[in-house]
Amino acid sequence: MGQITLSGVAKRFGEAQVIPPLDLEIQDGEFVVFVGPSGCGKSTLLRLIAGLEDTTGGRIIIDGRDATGVSPAQRGLAMVFQSYALYPHMSVRSNIAFPLRMAGLPKAEQDRKVEAAAKVLNLTSYLDRRPGQLSGGQRQRVAIGRAIVREPSAFLFDEPLSNLDAALRVGMRMEISELHEKLRTTMIYVTHDQVEAMTMADKIVVLNAGRIEQVGSPLDLYRSPRNIFVAGFIGSPKMNLISGPEAQRFGAHTIGIRPEHISVHPTMGEWRGIVGVSEHLGSDTFFHVQETGLGAALTVRAGGEVSLHHGDTVFLTPEPDKIHRFDQSGLRL
Amino acid sequence: MSRAVTPARKTINTVLAWTVALILFFPILWTVLTSFKPEPVAVASPPVFLNFDWTLKNYYDVERQRDYFDYFLNSVIISLGSTVLGLVLAVPAAWSMAFVPGRRTKDLLMWMLSTKMMPAVGVLVPIYLIFRTLGLLDSRIGLTVVLMLINLPIIVWMLYTYFREIPGEILEAARMDGATLSSEIIYVLTPMALPGIASTFLLNVILAWNEAFWTINLTVTDAAPLTKFIAGFSSPQGLFYAKLSAASTMAIAPILVLGWFSQRQLVRGLTFGAVK
Repeated sequence: MGQITLSGVAKRFGEAQVIPPLDLEIQDGEFVVFVGPSGCGKSTLLRLIAGLEDTTGGRIIIDGRDATGVSPAQRGLAMVFQSYALYPHMSVRSNIAFPLRMAGLPKAEQDRKVEAAAKVLNLTSYLDRRPGQLSGGQRQRVAIGRAIVREPSAFLFDEPLSNLDAALRVGMRMEISELHEKLRTTMIYVTHDQVEAMTMADKIVVLNAGRIEQVGSPLDLYRSPRNIFVAGFIGSPKMNLISGPEAQRFGAHTIGIRPEHISVHPTMGEWRGIVGVSEHLGSDTFFHVQETGLGAALTVRAGGEVSLHHGDTVFLTPEPDKIHRFDQSGLRL
Repeated sequence: MSRAVTPARKTINTVLAWTVALILFFPILWTVLTSFKPEPVAVASPPVFLNFDWTLKNYYDVERQRDYFDYFLNSVIISLGSTVLGLVLAVPAAWSMAFVPGRRTKDLLMWMLSTKMMPAVGVLVPIYLIFRTLGLLDSRIGLTVVLMLINLPIIVWMLYTYFREIPGEILEAARMDGATLSSEIIYVLTPMALPGIASTFLLNVILAWNEAFWTINLTVTDAAPLTKFIAGFSSPQGLFYAKLSAASTMAIAPILVLGWFSQRQLVRGLTFGAVK
């Protein structure tokens, strides 16, 4: 079981309201990602759930039990930290066994569980090493191992891949998703990387200044962002936002169109512009088109084989049914 | 930009370093040499450096007049006892200051340190009276407590500095893993801070061993440590330099040996966190 309900949960640090009262429902077995810019309160929210910070309002209910005032260890959750937070003076084996030792499990039982977790995470041959002798990826796997052996009702991940290099990050991302498939345990994952959010989540919670902007599946958020903030945050490169007369033509204060929903033509199209910087990724090319007369430069995604040069004139045409319309307060129309 | 080290500069530096080291070490060297001199040679003018009849008589006399080992045992008990007691109190104190600081933690630390700036004699009378009332005068327990109290600010400060170097996330991880506060301190914090704790331990043993003001003023015979042992040779029957030197050498020898064997640990501990 791993159902978590936040009801009016709030957090203040002195005068500063970091998390205004918020409600959130996390179902058993879900992979939920908290995503948002730096300082949006996503890590604080995770720490509130973990019990490492005290709430200043509201209730946290875990599996039907009010856990608001319960100590971190009693909540039945396990956490994986950004810095791995391994015990440097213990071997990998002792690190993984630590929660079991604290729970007073017999030594034989501890060994059996450690061996099993090590097998799942390919750590068997490293069990007698110290964390200092391991690579970043291996250390993170040890941290995950330490979380697994507790058989928690939910895993909490606080930006666990931030310290890894890009290639390793992709690999670990898949390993964590694989682990979720295998265990089917609730996972709450904090990241500022929207690619991680999109690829891993069953449900994304977009946070901004401590408030929940939108909750939904990755594709819901991509297809129907509830406001300009979510529209701009989800999707890479960012959605193009256009205000002014062109938006009014669509009956909106602001319109948004994603780079992949604009077609490029050398001679004809709806909007005219000059090609600025081009980013060639092989499979795709991103063109930054300036002087569009729309009050904003636009980013356009084209195929890898499309070749345009700096200063070329191009014509852009948005897919009409992919245009997102927002009102003056930034809400979706 | 690194500075070029020419052979000449290296030689000058070496000579300078040795000179400074010798100046610092000279009083100890002179004490040790004097302890092997016959009493008249010890006060001879001009002073005799090495050319004298070396003798162990002073050591025999010192040991015959006073039982060195009684004093030695008191020194060991008082310095180890006060340091261990200090650590037991300071580890939780430094833990709370380092990991759950309040608004006034810095002020508290400064206040603790400021007590070290006060002349000890300022509180001699009240402490003497309290000790007399409690029957703690000339007792090992009393001296252990008083030495623990005067060194506690330094122990807390040193441990606080070491603990600050330990990432808080590791302790949070322990908390998530089900560790109680005491298991968190015993199984995670203490082993991680062991180099720091060890150097704090060594430094405080040395400080307590060398402490003379309280040990001389609060003891007579039963709890008297080596500082009292030395002082005993400088007053009643006049000054006997050679015997006094022998007593001093016997008093400082154990701590010199301890310092020699632990110098690596001490230097590492004292520069902990200064360089990565």
